[in-house]
Amino acid sequence: MLNFELTQEQKEIKEMALKFAKQEMQPKATEHDQSAKFPIDIFKKAWELGLLNTCIPSEFGGNGFSVVDGTLITECLAYGCMGMNTSIMSNDLALLPIVIGGSKEQKEKFLRPFTESYKIASFCLTEPSNGSDAAGIKTLIKETPDGYIINGEKMWITNAGFADLFVVYCTIDPKLKHKGICAVVIEKGTPGIEIGKAEKKMGHRCSDTRGLRFNNVKIAKNHLLGNLGDGWKIAMKTLDHSRPLIASSAIGGAQCAYEHSIKYAKERIQFDVPIARHQAIQFMIANMAMKIEAARLLTQRAAWMLDHGIKNTEFASMAKAFAADSCMEITTDAVQIFGGYGYSVEYPVEKLMRDAKLIQIYEGTSQIQRMVVAREVLS
Amino acid sequence: MNIFVCIKQVPDTETKVTPNSSGTYIETNSIKWIMNPYDEFAVEQSLLIKAAKPEANVTVIRVGGSKDTEALRTAMAMGADEAILIEASDNLDSYMTAKALKGAIEKTGKKPDLILTGKQAIDDDCLQVPQLLAQMLGLPSVSVVVGFELAGNDLTLRREIEGGTIEIYKLQSPCLVACNKGLNTPRYASLPGIMKAKKKPLTTYKLSDVGVADADMRIKYSAFSLPPEKPAGKKMDAMDAAKQNEVVKKVVGLLRTEAKVI
Repeated sequence: MLNFELTQEQKEIKEMALKFAKQEMQPKATEHDQSAKFPIDIFKKAWELGLLNTCIPSEFGGNGFSVVDGTLITECLAYGCMGMNTSIMSNDLALLPIVIGGSKEQKEKFLRPFTESYKIASFCLTEPSNGSDAAGIKTLIKETPDGYIINGEKMWITNAGFADLFVVYCTIDPKLKHKGICAVVIEKGTPGIEIGKAEKKMGHRCSDTRGLRFNNVKIAKNHLLGNLGDGWKIAMKTLDHSRPLIASSAIGGAQCAYEHSIKYAKERIQFDVPIARHQAIQFMIANMAMKIEAARLLTQRAAWMLDHGIKNTEFASMAKAFAADSCMEITTDAVQIFGGYGYSVEYPVEKLMRDAKLIQIYEGTSQIQRMVVAREVLS
Repeated sequence: MNIFVCIKQVPDTETKVTPNSSGTYIETNSIKWIMNPYDEFAVEQSLLIKAAKPEANVTVIRVGGSKDTEALRTAMAMGADEAILIEASDNLDSYMTAKALKGAIEKTGKKPDLILTGKQAIDDDCLQVPQLLAQMLGLPSVSVVVGFELAGNDLTLRREIEGGTIEIYKLQSPCLVACNKGLNTPRYASLPGIMKAKKKPLTTYKLSDVGVADADMRIKYSAFSLPPEKPAGKKMDAMDAAKQNEVVKKVVGLLRTEAKVI
């Protein structure tokens, strides 16, 4: 049976998240885009209202949200600012491996503090020479009598400069590929963590992105999630959950560009009529509406599948690629509709176009998503 | 301490209001409903009191349509303890609304120590319900309140009057206070608050349950229509110095005969 209606509670959650995005995030988005300053006050406020860490189960102090709930919240926050949302959502991405692969004790130890005060987590998978080829990572884990020692380098790590906790993927031996991957938790202040400089980026400028180096970082046994070699399984399950969230962030950004476009097209007069009366503009706006609607349905389906215990890998990848590509097209068209004004930083749409680009790249590029879809449908 | 907060659900401020097809009311089908913004100050004030006096009980009451209970749910998600909905059409007049609120407060059996409302609703802007309700309950009331202090039963209220002057009122509870912008900053309903609100009691009454009958109606709406569109302005070219005398005469003439402002 199909039902496209949100529950009363979901409508209220969405309403509240959107109100926060419009009142707290959107008015500061330009300022933080220009200064590239990490808006920690906004994040703290969002945490106080329960908008962060949507993946933490209620038994460990979380709100017990479904994946669909998570996508609703993420879409609203990304509507406010895609860059700020990346830093907010990054907590979920980093905590999910603990939710998925951690023991009860590990969840209590690592997740609960995130529900008691505002804390930041970083997901560390990518390395300077391994992005799409994630199974080829070279950061090494070595077992010792009382724990593990981690050595290696990570790149493009969101929130790294502010993180209280790092979830790090490493390998027993790079030659083992998938089979050697392990996921470990490293807490801030552990000796040997070297945090790099903040990267200057094209978009998502207020979100903190850095390189990291682990020099003989010693961790206790209970900092390994699952067993040695379980990391790849944990990472893949994490992506099944996080990709619908990323897709939602693309939809939020696209929705924002779409609304700006409609408003501007009704105001801007050319050839004596609002440009919204010209078919060339109408077609661009109609395309935006179609893509947003289709992306949202695909994304919510991928999230709904996970909520119902159905394997969603194919749909999560379809949603992520389709939403990210749509967001890029929609924000590009928004700049086109605004014309010269759209290219100016005085108007809001060029920032959306810069922000959109990253969503096609991180968390599996649009090309990697197609590889996943192809593998699933051809298998 | 029993605090009652009377709230109204109004169309979102961004709504494009149009009359319905029969011209008997506004078209409500596509309206997004929100809590009347002035009532948010009343809810927030009740919660500030509750924070200082944990034994205080906050009941929110609304008279109106039952299709959406948005405003009551929001108030409970913000922290109110319980809610009462008096089912009625959305265009009840001020007298009936006040009478229904009075009936509902009495029906709870709780003696009100404080009644908080917004100073006005932003849809019909009648500014009558708070004063009518206070009169019906035999309580003193102060409206347009921007400052609120409570010590024991003693209230010190700051009330804004024309020209930005502030009047200071000292009175004792029980009383009714109608709140204005500037009194406080309403909090967001937090997500855990939204989840908790589901479990809070919401009681529904019919108008007849709270002692209101059709005969109580004081105002009948006869028709709804949009105001006539403004005609386009007249432009006169005054850049040419030679024509300026003539243009000034013409403008003064129009202001006298057409606009009738001088």
